[in-house]
Amino acid sequence: MQEYDLVVIGGGPAGLAAAVAAKEQGIENILILEREAKLGGILNQCIHNGFGLHVFKEELTGPEYAYRFINMIEDKFIRYKTETMVIDLSKDKLITAVNKTDGIFTIQAKAVILAMGCRERPRGALNIPGARCSGIFTAGTAQKFVNIEGMMPGKSIVILGSGDIGLIMARRMTLEGAHVKAVVELMPYSAGLTRNIVQCLDDYDIPLKLNHTVTNIVGKDRLEGVYIAPVDENRNPIPNEEEYIPCDTLLLSVGLLPENELSKKATVKLSPLTGGAEVDEGRETNVDGIFACGNVLHVHDLVDHVTEESYIAGNAAARYLKGLQKQSKKIEVKAKDGARYVVPKFISPENIETDLELSFRVRDIYKDHYVSVYFDETRVAHQKKKILTPGEMQTVKVTAEMLNAHTHCNEISIQVEKE
Amino acid sequence: MYDVAIIGAGITGMSIARELSKYDLKVCVLEKEVDIAMGTTKANSAIVHAGFDAKPGTLKAKLNAKANSMFDQLSKDLDFHFRRNGSLVLCFDEKDMDHLRDLMEQGIQNGVPDLVILDKAAVLAMEPNLSEDVVAALYAPTGGIVCPYEMAIGMAENAYENGVEFFFENTVLDIQKLNNGYALITDKNTFKSKLVVNAAGVYSDKMNNFVSSSKLSIIPRRGEYCVFDKEVGSYVDKTIFQLPTKLGKGVLVTPTVDGNLLIGPNAVDIDDKDDLTTTRIGLDEILRKASLSIKKMPSHAIIASFTGLRARTEADDFIIGEVPDAKGFINAAGIESPGLTCAPFIGAMVKEFIVEMLHPLEKSNFNPLRKGIHHFLEMTNEERKALIKQDPAYGKIVCRCETVSEGEILSAIHRPLGATTLDGIKRRTRAGSGRCQAGFCMTRVLDILSRELEIKRTEVTKFGGESKLLVGKNKQDV
Repeated sequence: MQEYDLVVIGGGPAGLAAAVAAKEQGIENILILEREAKLGGILNQCIHNGFGLHVFKEELTGPEYAYRFINMIEDKFIRYKTETMVIDLSKDKLITAVNKTDGIFTIQAKAVILAMGCRERPRGALNIPGARCSGIFTAGTAQKFVNIEGMMPGKSIVILGSGDIGLIMARRMTLEGAHVKAVVELMPYSAGLTRNIVQCLDDYDIPLKLNHTVTNIVGKDRLEGVYIAPVDENRNPIPNEEEYIPCDTLLLSVGLLPENELSKKATVKLSPLTGGAEVDEGRETNVDGIFACGNVLHVHDLVDHVTEESYIAGNAAARYLKGLQKQSKKIEVKAKDGARYVVPKFISPENIETDLELSFRVRDIYKDHYVSVYFDETRVAHQKKKILTPGEMQTVKVTAEMLNAHTHCNEISIQVEKE
Repeated sequence: MYDVAIIGAGITGMSIARELSKYDLKVCVLEKEVDIAMGTTKANSAIVHAGFDAKPGTLKAKLNAKANSMFDQLSKDLDFHFRRNGSLVLCFDEKDMDHLRDLMEQGIQNGVPDLVILDKAAVLAMEPNLSEDVVAALYAPTGGIVCPYEMAIGMAENAYENGVEFFFENTVLDIQKLNNGYALITDKNTFKSKLVVNAAGVYSDKMNNFVSSSKLSIIPRRGEYCVFDKEVGSYVDKTIFQLPTKLGKGVLVTPTVDGNLLIGPNAVDIDDKDDLTTTRIGLDEILRKASLSIKKMPSHAIIASFTGLRARTEADDFIIGEVPDAKGFINAAGIESPGLTCAPFIGAMVKEFIVEMLHPLEKSNFNPLRKGIHHFLEMTNEERKALIKQDPAYGKIVCRCETVSEGEILSAIHRPLGATTLDGIKRRTRAGSGRCQAGFCMTRVLDILSRELEIKRTEVTKFGGESKLLVGKNKQDV
C-alpha cells in the first residue's frame, strides 16, 4: 500500500488548482489521480475562448487554461497518475484505484480532495417520450465528438436546454457546418451566461425558444424530428400548440449533476440542493480530512470560480495536514427566500483570518432587488443588484469584522429582498 | 439443405436453437435484426413468473411452473443473472380478498409451490416501502427476476458453440413449400430447410400466413416502462404486482437483476409492429399506477424509459406445434407473458416435436456450459488483480457508472456472435446503461467498436440499420 499526505481525485481544473495550492503551502507528498489519458479534465474539449479573465486577466481557450495548470503541476513536481480510475474511497481515506499497469492498488491518504467534476443529465432524467433512435446526445458528448475527434454527430440540430454547454454547442455546430434550428428552453429565462446568449445564439440568428419544451421524438433508426410545444405557468406543455421541427440530431443541455458516487462511499454528507457535499469555509466535508471543490461540490458557471474555490480547498487541506485547523463552533449558513443554495454551508469563525466569500444561486429572476446577509436577526449587508438570474452564480462577502462582531451568532443567512 | 431453420433470435428461438444443438442436426437461425434479443426479448418485465396468473387448461398454465423450476440450473449452465426474489400480489380492498384467494387457488391448480396469503403486517414487515393501503398479499416465493437479453445471448452463444449457424440482417420475405421442406427467401439469400420453426415474435403471424391457410393474427400490444437509478434499486426486494380489479390489470414494481428498479407496463394494442415509441400518456399512466403500490415514487431517479411489444393473439394463449396444413412448419407463436419464463420449456417441447420427425442422434460432444463475460463490477479485488495481470485491458474503466472495463467490451465484441453495435455492447456489458446513459462512455465505446471491427467511425451504429451516430467530419459541408 502506498501512502500520501494528500490525494486529489480528479485532474481537471479543480484538482489541479487544489494540488497547486497545497504544494505552495508546503505539502510535499501529493498525488493526483486522473481517469483520462491527459490532465485537464473537461477543459480539453472546451476549445472556445472565454476562460481565465479572472484568474489570469486574459482570455484563454479551455486547453490553454488547462495547460497553464499542467505546467504548474510539472514545475512543482507534483505526482499524478493518468488513466487511473478510483473505484473506492473509505471514510478513513483509504483509496482503491485501478489502471492497466498497476492493476488494483490501494493508497492511504492523510487528506483527500474530491475533484471529480459533474456529469450531464440524460434524456431519461426528463423522461421525454418518443422514439429511442440514434441522434440524441448530451451536448457534452457532442462536444467531445466535434472538438476532440473532429467528427460531426449530425447536420440539422435542435438543442434542448439553454445551459452554457448547449449555447456553446449551438455556435460550434454552426461553425462546423450544421444547421442549428432552435434552442428550446423550458424556463422563461436561459440557464446560461448572458454573454453566451449574445455570442453563441444572437450572432448566428439561432432562435431561442423560451417557455418551450420537447414533447415527442420521432425517428425509426436515426432521429427524423422533434415536436416542441410552449408550456404553461406550471411548465406543462400546452396541448394542440405543438410544432414539428425536422432534424437529425437532438442535443440535451438540461443540467449537470455533481458526480458524488465516491463521496457517498466515504459517507460524505450531500446537500439535496446542490447535489454536492455540505462543506465548511475550507471546503472540508463532514468527514474529517476529506475536502471537495469545483463542480463535484456545486456546478459553477466559470472555470475561474472553480480555480478560486479549489485554491481555498487546497490551502485548507494544507492547514489540516499541518494541524493548524482549529476545531471550533460551526455556524450554519442558510439560503432563504429568493436564494436557493449557498456554499459553504458552515463557517468556523476561528479559522477565518481574512474576508470570506459566499457563493449562492437565486431561485428566479429578480430585478432591482437587494442581496442581504443576516447574522441571526441582524442585517449586516444589504446590496442592491440590477438583476439576479439563476443562471449566474452570485457572491457576497462576509468580513472578519462582521464575524468578530457576532461571535455568538447561531445562523448566517442570505436573502433576496425587495427593499 | 438445413434440417431446421429457426426464424427469430429472440428468447423463444434461442431456447429452441440451444435444445436442437444437442442433436446431430444442421440448424440455422434467421434474424432480421443485427443482433440477438432485439425484439420483445429486450423490452419486457424481466420476470420469471411463479405461474399463478394463467387460466388452468391453457398452455401458459401448463408450462409456467415447470419452466420456472428450470431456471436455477439453466442460469448456472449458461452463466446469466437470475434471482429468485419472490413476488407479491397486493390487494388494496377487503372486498377483493376473494379474488386474491381465487388467484392462490388457481396457482395451486397450476402447480405453483409454497403460495401463501400474508396479512398487512406481514407484507409490510417483508417490504417496508409498500403502501399502507395494502390489506393483504399473495406471496409466491418461487417468483424470480432475470436479465432476458443476457439469457437469450447465453443460449445463442451456447447454441453457436454447439454448431448452430446464425444469419443476422436476414428478413424473411417469403416462404415457399418444396417437395422435401421449405425455401425461406430473405432480402439477402435463400435458405432451404426440411423443417421451419416460426419464432418470429410479433411477426410470427406473417410467417405462418406464408404457408398456412389457417391465418394467424398477432396484435402488438405496447407496454411502457421506466427504469430507475441503482440508488433506488433496493426500494423493493420482491416483484410487486397489483391484484387485477375491474379497473385493470395494474402495473408492477420490481428490482432488476442488475440492481435497478423497474416499473410498468401498461397495455395498449397498436397497429405498427415496429413502433417502439414511448408516450407521455403511457409513461404518466404507469407512474400513476405504480404509485399505488409504494409509499413514494422516486421519480427523480428515472434514468430511462422504453416500450416493448407483446405478441398477443386472439386466443390469449401460446400457439406451439406443427401447422396442420403445413407439414414440417412448427409455430412457436403468440409467446407473450409468461413467454420469457416458459421459453426454456418451449425449447424442450419444440425439440421433442423435431426429434419425433427427424429422429436425429444425440451429439456425444454437446457442451451444455457457456461462460459469460467477466464483469469487473462483480469481482473481488483479488479476482480483478489476477485478471488485469492476465489482460491489462481489464484495468481500464470505460463506463464509469457501471464500472465496465475495456476488457469486457473487447470480450463482448470478440466472443462468438459478438456485439457489433453500441446497444449490443450495452446489453452484454452494461456499458451505457447506468445513470449517465452513455454520456460518458459513448465516444469511447464507439472508438473501440470502430477499431476492433475495422470499420469507419461513421459506420458504427446504435442498433444496426441507419442508426448511425456520426455523419461525417467537421466542416465537410462548409
